[in-house]
Amino acid sequence: MAEIAIEPGGLGASPNGASHNYLENTGKHKGILAWILSTDHKRIGILYMISIFTFFAVGVSLGFLMRLEMLVPGPQGKIFDAQQYNALFTLHGVIMMFMFVIPGIPATLGNFFLPIQIGAKDVAFPRINLLSWYLYVTGAIIVLCSLFWRGLPDTGWTFYVPYSIRTATNVTLAVFGVFVLGFSSILTGLNFLTTIHRMRAPGMSWFRMPLFVWALYANGWIQVIATPVLAITLLLIAIERVFHVGIFNPALGGDPVLYQHLFWIYSHPAVYIMILPPMGVVSEIVATFSHRTIFGYKMVAMSSLAIAFIGYLVWGHHMFVAGETQTAQFVFSLLTFLVAIPSGIKVFNWVATMYKGSIDLQPPFLFLMAFIILFSIGGLTGLILGSLATDVHLTGTYFVVGHFHYIIFGGGVFIFFGALHYWLPKMFGRMYNKKVANWALGILFVGFNMLYFPMLLLGYEGMPRRYFTYLPKYELLQHISMVGSWVLITGLIIMFWNLIRGIFKGEKCGANPWGGTTLEWSIPSIPPTENFEHVPVVTHEPYYHPEAEPGFVAEPVPVAK
Amino acid sequence: MSEIAERPPEALSHGAAEHKHKDVLGAKMGMWIFLLTELLLFAGLFLVYAVYRYQHTAGFHRGGMETHTMFGTVNTMILLTSSLTMVLAIGAIQRGKKWLSVTFLSSTIGFGLAFLIVKGFEWSIEIRKGIYPGSPSLLKKSNGEILFFGLYYTMTGLHALHVFAGMIILTFMLVFILRNKITKDDYVKLENAGLYWHLVDIIWIFLFPLFYLIN
Repeated sequence: MAEIAIEPGGLGASPNGASHNYLENTGKHKGILAWILSTDHKRIGILYMISIFTFFAVGVSLGFLMRLEMLVPGPQGKIFDAQQYNALFTLHGVIMMFMFVIPGIPATLGNFFLPIQIGAKDVAFPRINLLSWYLYVTGAIIVLCSLFWRGLPDTGWTFYVPYSIRTATNVTLAVFGVFVLGFSSILTGLNFLTTIHRMRAPGMSWFRMPLFVWALYANGWIQVIATPVLAITLLLIAIERVFHVGIFNPALGGDPVLYQHLFWIYSHPAVYIMILPPMGVVSEIVATFSHRTIFGYKMVAMSSLAIAFIGYLVWGHHMFVAGETQTAQFVFSLLTFLVAIPSGIKVFNWVATMYKGSIDLQPPFLFLMAFIILFSIGGLTGLILGSLATDVHLTGTYFVVGHFHYIIFGGGVFIFFGALHYWLPKMFGRMYNKKVANWALGILFVGFNMLYFPMLLLGYEGMPRRYFTYLPKYELLQHISMVGSWVLITGLIIMFWNLIRGIFKGEKCGANPWGGTTLEWSIPSIPPTENFEHVPVVTHEPYYHPEAEPGFVAEPVPVAK
Repeated sequence: MSEIAERPPEALSHGAAEHKHKDVLGAKMGMWIFLLTELLLFAGLFLVYAVYRYQHTAGFHRGGMETHTMFGTVNTMILLTSSLTMVLAIGAIQRGKKWLSVTFLSSTIGFGLAFLIVKGFEWSIEIRKGIYPGSPSLLKKSNGEILFFGLYYTMTGLHALHVFAGMIILTFMLVFILRNKITKDDYVKLENAGLYWHLVDIIWIFLFPLFYLIN
């Protein structure tokens, strides 16, 4: 690990190889302390990555058990009883939402690459950055404690009242854990916003920032503006349960629908917290592997802000059947359709970027192709749910579950995996086996569709979500879905095995294996502790490909493949 | 913020590697964003208050009659004065008068303590009257009053928690001043702590009429 591959012209490369990379211990601490006390954004990113994927594994296992439960239809011969099944989907939701996708890309790859992409040495508040990781771990541990103490929560991840204030299970501890996780999320957002405003390298004007940074910027604002509302809402549930205040308890005059409003005022923007950073990654991958500058850069950047803004105003579409006035239904439905405009701007600009580009079908780009298919299915089923008439039929069915997983898993998480394939070689200086990566993606793609497409059909036929039994007529589709979960997990195992093996044993890949143009590709792979030997001066737009300009005369450019 | 956003690149060229001095604007910006999140935390509660006041106008009216305007007024005066001494503490350190700053800051913490004591008396009187969440005599009242007092305890309680947190932060600042970590040339920590204290004050300015004056 000691020697650094120095690329000619690498900005951060030191001529004599004197600078240390971030994996070498240079501080006063040794061993694990050198990691858990480090304020280096790169190390914190990796701490997050380890913890987030640990919980992802737990969430996947719970999901696997939920599918396994569908082996037989009737209430007899089940692996879990109804109560256990309720606990399973609650924990699956809470873990996947609050411990995996919401911190997701920003806390891991954002932490690692945001400062590098804007030419900074670290984030604005490195110690607060470390604090937010500790809060994350604390919150996660608190949620996990609710497993072992006074019964698993069984409310679903939405903690709807009045059930959440009545159930005897340990909801209080779980919502407090989520409260702490929210605090961690707020601090990350705050840190990123200040970093982007204050720490950009000379010449890195707003419209020279990579689009991943723009996505994180929009995302930071949502985190900061939306999360406190969730915090107070969950705090009120805890207060309600402990002190019997009556704020959401209809027996004391409270209004349960008000809880749903407050919950979705956060949790709908949270969907954009989950999807905006992946969209930023898509812009990076499209530009790099098409070897062209992104089409409509400013529009793509602004559409992130537009999604953040409109996304804040559509929460009511979760409550079409919860007793809204028709005016509210109409307005929320209209606003929901408006989100399609900035989303469409992004998709069309990505496709226009590929047009006449010199496309290189590397694994990250293939993940992107999978993303486009899965996200389109997710988006189209979203339109069906956003329309008032069809929503009344489909709400509360497997259709919603299928739609949601197409958006968040097929959209967001597939790009998270693509981003790992894109950036892990930069982080550890070694390349995974590309052939295995492509196979893993193929298996994932097949497994994913086997698992979730039957859910859309089941929901259309009326199978309600959150039931531990089902009618015999749903058996075939339930079984296809169950087998799909096995295929999906096989794909996941192969993919992670390949990535981890690549980190330790892959071939050295050099500073710029993909021909990327943003700043992180200008420094050595295994970035130096200080990121840049000299402060970089930015003189052009982020996706500047001189070879794509007319009249360009090629010079021999050393690119390690 | 626009002047930060549109700085020409040259202004930044002294950046990162060479300079060691703090980014004061950045620190303040972080603090303002944090204050925004605090405001939104309370905004959720204000929203709940607004909805329930609209739904249970009469009950909220009767609830408002029962709170002690006297205690509320005294506490408002205490907090406003504490904000003044907070500003004076920052003004003193700007002019390099360490001990004057220490005096003003200590009195700010003292006012915070006084606020909590008055609050404690007020709550204990209410509780002795049998008005607290889940109490039998409160449950006999109308839904509006139950909600009013539920929110009264939740909102003033959460606010009191913020006053307490503010006092802890200010105590740290006091130690920093005594150890010369906060000086004439580097007082952004104290300024940020002051901003937090003012936020706590401002939230009270809204709580005061909602629970004590409208009746």
